[in-house]
This record gives sequence, structure tokens and C-alpha cells, in this order.
Amino acid sequence: METIRHDSTYKKHIIELWKNPKNFGTIKSPTHELTEHNSICGDEITVQIIVKDGEITDAKFSGSGCVLSVVSASLLTDKLKGMEIEDVKKLGQDDIKKLLKTKIHLSRMKCALLPLEATKKALK
Amino acid sequence: MIINNKTAKKIRQDFPIFKNNKGLIYLDNAATSQKPRQVIKAVTDFYEKDNANTGRGLYTLSEKAIEDYDNARKTVAEFVNAFPNEIIFTKNTTESLNLLSYSLSSIIPNEKDEIVLTEMEHHSNLIPWQQLAKRNKMKLKIIRIKEDFTLDMEDAEQKITNKTAILSFTHVSNVTGTINNVKELINLGKEKGAITIIDAAQATSSIKIDVKHLECDFLAFSSHKIFGPTGIGVLYGKEEFLEKMPPFTFGGGMIKKVELGSAEWADIPEKFEAGTQNIAGAVGLGEAIRYLGKIGLENIAEWEMQLTNYALEKLKEVPQIKIYSPVANKNAGIISFGLGKIHPHDVSALLNEKGIAIRAGHCCAMPLMKKLGLPQGVSRISFSVFNTFEEIDKLVNVLKEIEAKLG
Repeated sequence: METIRHDSTYKKHIIELWKNPKNFGTIKSPTHELTEHNSICGDEITVQIIVKDGEITDAKFSGSGCVLSVVSASLLTDKLKGMEIEDVKKLGQDDIKKLLKTKIHLSRMKCALLPLEATKKALK
Repeated sequence: MIINNKTAKKIRQDFPIFKNNKGLIYLDNAATSQKPRQVIKAVTDFYEKDNANTGRGLYTLSEKAIEDYDNARKTVAEFVNAFPNEIIFTKNTTESLNLLSYSLSSIIPNEKDEIVLTEMEHHSNLIPWQQLAKRNKMKLKIIRIKEDFTLDMEDAEQKITNKTAILSFTHVSNVTGTINNVKELINLGKEKGAITIIDAAQATSSIKIDVKHLECDFLAFSSHKIFGPTGIGVLYGKEEFLEKMPPFTFGGGMIKKVELGSAEWADIPEKFEAGTQNIAGAVGLGEAIRYLGKIGLENIAEWEMQLTNYALEKLKEVPQIKIYSPVANKNAGIISFGLGKIHPHDVSALLNEKGIAIRAGHCCAMPLMKKLGLPQGVSRISFSVFNTFEEIDKLVNVLKEIEAKLG
């Protein structure tokens, strides 16, 4: 295996999370749930959330997608835990970039944003 | 010129893109071809030496532009063995097919209300017909593909009936690379009195087209897939049909006489070419056809078949790979594949990090992807004259790395 290029999207931490994503699975009785599709990519990510008193106490995701959408979902669901709903609504592209800590080409931004879109719609 | 690994590398020197993108392995020739400097020069020369509007300028420069444009049309006509007045310049294959989907609607006999297509159509030869079917309350019928990715000709015989108004199909699948038996399909259509249309976008770069031999009523293709500029395409139509059909777009250049309340159309092909045309594009296309002619379509086809054969064999070394393309002798140099559960967009992005350009996704053929059970699409490689065995070796090596990394 050649060394990974510094500008590669597929850095070590990304590959590791892709292979063993955190929060992958389902919640028995979520208070909020939504499946978001990207028909162009064929990606499908379901986000399940438990909200208590305006605060997220648990979040999981399931479905299938490319590396970026899965890793983004994994990192996002981690961040969601303990967040106030009002703060989640303010999350945007820059926050996802900060979470992923890797180069995201313009053409792949949609993949990275899919889980956040699902989350925001679920909380509406 | 017989092409082998050595001459392919020599031909590559005609393409400036490789000088400006060191190490590029371009395996997305089905999406668009690269442009040889001869074509780029022809376009530049036109702008630098002959540029004027072809719309009846009564001066020398305009006459030169008209001559260039007419010569381009003659070159295209010879390329597919048609008469020049049967060649309409459009923007691309998509526009050619859209033109047909509108202009044919008024000449379809009342008793015919079915449009027959195939499962392997590009969206450009599907959506215009879906829309025509909606407008005219017609029915779409779709010929199935078989497990070997070729068309089910028995199903074609069932689906093409006396009610078939239009039979439109692709010559070569842009996903699987399958070369269809166009002559047989045309014959089936003709027996039932259908209007026959060939989408030749993916075929013209390596397959000799002879519309008189095929006896198709219409044929559409794009310049940009055969080493020519983008923004110029072709619609061939039999004179008898073109004469009867109403224009698709209206404006300058397509009229004989205009009064405030009415207008009379120009003769074909001008009737279908409203507004200032892509003159430089046509000139570039003409040069691209000469370039193809110098190398020889049969030589290109032979080389692409060798590359396809080699790649199909070599790709077997990649664990978890699944091929969605037929064997080389039924294939026009396109191989689609899946790599286990790895998303095609990841495959493509990782190949890109090693300088290899391929197509990934649904390749403008969502219904075919659904049929193949591939909602995320495929990874697709497609060859041209300048590709080599070494490039395939490098591709296969990187695919093995990707599989080891993500699989």
C-alpha cells in the first residue's frame, strides 16, 4: 500500500470510522426519525434520535452510502448527543467540515451533508 | 494505421490534454472524448481566418464561413453515407432526439399509439419519449435485456407491433458497452411500419455507420464523443420525413418568407436550423471526422476490442469485482463494474487520487441501474485509441489497493 496523500479525502481516521462507524444501528423507541435519500448517489441514511426536554440524549444512524456520508453520519450522531435542538438547527456545512477533518471536494459535499439534512428534517 | 501499444502512445501525442495533465490516465472516453490538436487548430483557424455569420452576408468573409459550414455538412454526410440535405446540425444527441420527439408527433398515423424503446437507453433517449407519450396519450413499451447484458430479441419481436409508431434505441449501451444488432431491430420496426431511430452517440467513435444500408429513418450522434468540439451534434433524417416534419425551433435562418402574421419555412436542412449556428463547432466536427478517417474506424474498433479483452481478463484479479458488461466481441470498449460494497463514488474518488479518471454512478441510465439492482450505480471505464495495456495494469493495481483499503 502506498502512503496516503496529504490531500486525500480518505485519511486514516476516515477509513477507520468507515470500517467501524460509531452509533451505527437502531434505537427501539426514537422520538424523532427520518430517512434521507440522495437518488443521484443511491445513498440512504436513516437518523434516529431521542429528545428529552429539548436535549438530545441518544442518536443513531443506519442505511448505506459512500464513505463520506457514513463517516459524516457517525461523527454527527456523536456530536448530537447532549446538544439542544435549537443548537442543532444552527449546524451547517462548516460544522460538518470541522467534524470530518479531511478534504471534501465540491462534488462530494452533498454526501457529507446528507446526515445533517436528515437530522434537521427529523427534528422539524 | 494498425494500432498497438506502441502506436497508441504515438497517437496520444496528438492530444494536448496529456501534456497539460501529466500522468493522467483517461478512462472516461464514453462521457466525452479528448480533443486532438488537429481539431483544436481547425476551430482556432476558423475563428482566426474565416469567422463571419453564415446568414447571407454578401461579402467574401461570410462566403468563406458559408463554405466552411457547408463543407462540414458534406463531411458529416459522407461519414454516415447520407445526402448533405439530410444532415441537420444540432447541439448534441439529446437535442437531436428532442427535436424528433416534438417534430414527429404531428406525422404519426392515428392508429399507431406505441413507442418502443429498450431497457438500456440513456436518459436522453427515454425522457423525450416519456414526454411525447404524455402529450399524445401514447404508450411506452420497453424491450428487455438478458443476463448477458445483450438485448432480448425475442422480446423485441413481441413488443414491436403494428401499433408501434416509433422504435428508438441505442446502438451501443453507454453503461454496459453492448453493441446492439441494429440492422435486425430496424428490420423488425420496418416490417410493422414504425419510424425507426438510432441513438448512435456511443457508437460513432468506432463503428462505421451507413444509414443507407441500415435503412433507419433517423440517426443521432454528438461531436464531442468522436474527438470533436462540444456543443455540436447531428441529426440524420430521411428526406421524405424531414420534408413532412414541422420545424422544432423558430427564428432567423429557417424561413423563406415572413409576414407579420405568418411565415414560410426554408427547405431542409435549414428549416431545422434556426438562429446563428455553431459554425466553428461544425468545422471542428468535420476535422474530427477526418482525424477518425486517418486512423480508421476499424483500427480503432480493433484496438478497443483488444483493450477490452485484456481489461476483462485482468480485472478478474481484483477481489469482489463484478462486471456488468458483455464479452469483448459484443462490446464497444466500455466496462462497468461493482467493487463489493464500496460505493462507486468512493472508487472513482480514490482512483482520481492516483490520476485515473473514470465515470461512477448511474451514468444517466437510472432505470437500467434499477434493473441491475444497483441503486448506487456502477464504476465505468471506457477506452479510446490512446489507451494502453500499462494503463489497465495501473488501474487494476489501484483497484486492488482500494479493495484492500475499504473492502
